[in-house]
Amino acid sequence: MENMDLLKISYLLGSLSFIVGLKMLSSPDSARKGNLYAAVGMLIAILATIFFHEHTNAETGEVERIGNLGYIIGGIAIGTIVGYLAAMKVKMTAMPQMVSLFNGMGGACAALIGIVEMSTHHPEFWGERLIIFLGLMIGSVSFSGSMIAYGKLEGKIRDIGSKVQQVFNNTFVFAILALVIYASIQPDVLSGNAIWVIFGCSLLYGILFVMPIGGADMPVVISLLNSFTGVAAAFGGFLYDNQVMLTGGILVGSAGTILTILMCKAMNRSLWNVIIGAFSASGGPAKSTEGLSIREINVTDSAILCSYAQRVVIVPGYGLAVAQAQHVCHEFEKVLEDKGVEVEFAIHPVAGRMPGHMNVLLAEADVPYPKLKEMDDINPSLPNTDVVIVIGANDVVNPAAETDPSSPIYGMPIIKANTAKNIIVMKRSMAKGYAGIENELFYDDKTRMLFGDAKATLEKLIAEVKSV
Amino acid sequence: MTILSNTITIFGIDTPWDVIYVIIIAAFLGVEVISNVPAILHTPLMSGANAIHGVVIVGSIIVMGHADPGNTLALVLGFLAVILGTLNVVGGFVVTNRMLEMFRKKEKK
Repeated sequence: MENMDLLKISYLLGSLSFIVGLKMLSSPDSARKGNLYAAVGMLIAILATIFFHEHTNAETGEVERIGNLGYIIGGIAIGTIVGYLAAMKVKMTAMPQMVSLFNGMGGACAALIGIVEMSTHHPEFWGERLIIFLGLMIGSVSFSGSMIAYGKLEGKIRDIGSKVQQVFNNTFVFAILALVIYASIQPDVLSGNAIWVIFGCSLLYGILFVMPIGGADMPVVISLLNSFTGVAAAFGGFLYDNQVMLTGGILVGSAGTILTILMCKAMNRSLWNVIIGAFSASGGPAKSTEGLSIREINVTDSAILCSYAQRVVIVPGYGLAVAQAQHVCHEFEKVLEDKGVEVEFAIHPVAGRMPGHMNVLLAEADVPYPKLKEMDDINPSLPNTDVVIVIGANDVVNPAAETDPSSPIYGMPIIKANTAKNIIVMKRSMAKGYAGIENELFYDDKTRMLFGDAKATLEKLIAEVKSV
Repeated sequence: MTILSNTITIFGIDTPWDVIYVIIIAAFLGVEVISNVPAILHTPLMSGANAIHGVVIVGSIIVMGHADPGNTLALVLGFLAVILGTLNVVGGFVVTNRMLEMFRKKEKK
């Protein structure tokens, strides 16, 4: 068989594995296999490109195989080692930012392809230039945006933004697009340096785009940037008439967009609201809690309350992940069970910083699977629960989602902690959740606040419960 | 837009008709494949999709493979692109696998 045929067949296999892999990834039983299939397909596509790809030199008319093999294999070796180590070393709690980081790498790769292609081949058709510029632009936005998202999830970058910046952002992105189109038609604009200007401006836009968005909306943003990178890859496929890049890129582009919308739905927000509404939330006419007072409880009293309860439900949130308290939490559960208390966990689908965050975290701490209850399963039993312990969760237990139509989170399904007989809220401070709104639950007559770091407090609680 | 028998000219590029089909079908397939995913799988799925768009590495291999060995800029940027693309692919698949491992582990118990 000709090399070209082998290449096409390999690309077909690759594309097929992406489709099947993605499909399998959307069901818990087959997800792991799906990931493996897609990885094998990717390997086939990469190897086929290295060994079978041919290209007709426009100047000499000769058919060229892939050259610079040393650099390519060297690059792949470096990328593989670094990527593998980084992915293996990262803690489960830091998974979302790792995904963001790798997504940014893909975006940067797409951007660099555009730069090299433009500066070495000087494409003669304006359409080719347009595709290169668009791929470059989307790839760059995805890269810098993902880096900011990474920084935010790592807690290194704060939310900065204002209404003025939103207006500026929107103007800016249209300005870049205008330059992209103009430079495609007029290759000599900016004395041929348009590519660098587009590159720089797109990087800047990526930063400005993600900067104002709240930290807990980051999974949505990462998912969006993820589909951006997919589109950038598809532009590459269009440019090279490369089927596997086309199918892979478009598949991720469309699947990523749908996934982004699904994530928004799980939080009962629109995508537009996530992107634009970062600041309108705090200005919303949320119910005032002025004049209401909170009641504190100390560790000893909490321990007594829990020890003599029949049934305790723990509602974990991001605070648990931050404090790395999942193992202590499991131990707390075991100690209570030794006292004959029935303990379960109530898992809100968007608790934490990514969907499924709490499941992953508690699974890591070996909390038995049957103890993790989905929101809808546990809500009916909460009125018969003696104590609900909210550990570092906030918005997912905020009754305003049900009672206050003016609240930004109104309509979001919540864990109805307020229906339990007693509620203990473990929190570091009275700081607001990511939605930036007050939580009436904290002021409820049945609620007691237990301030402190989740891990340290749980450790003290364990000691106290043991001595009760 | 000029339409010839086997190709359609979009933006001045002669594009085989198949490409148009591929784009449309892949876009719909992406939507279909993802619908009805439980929330708990959103993150692994996002991560898996993240690894798949690492297919951009194929583009970087092509760019690098046909770069003029005398063009330092192209070589350096192309080399960097290969590394970044590989990071995306390898990191993406390994992270996804690790996440899914957690799920499997808990199902056993």
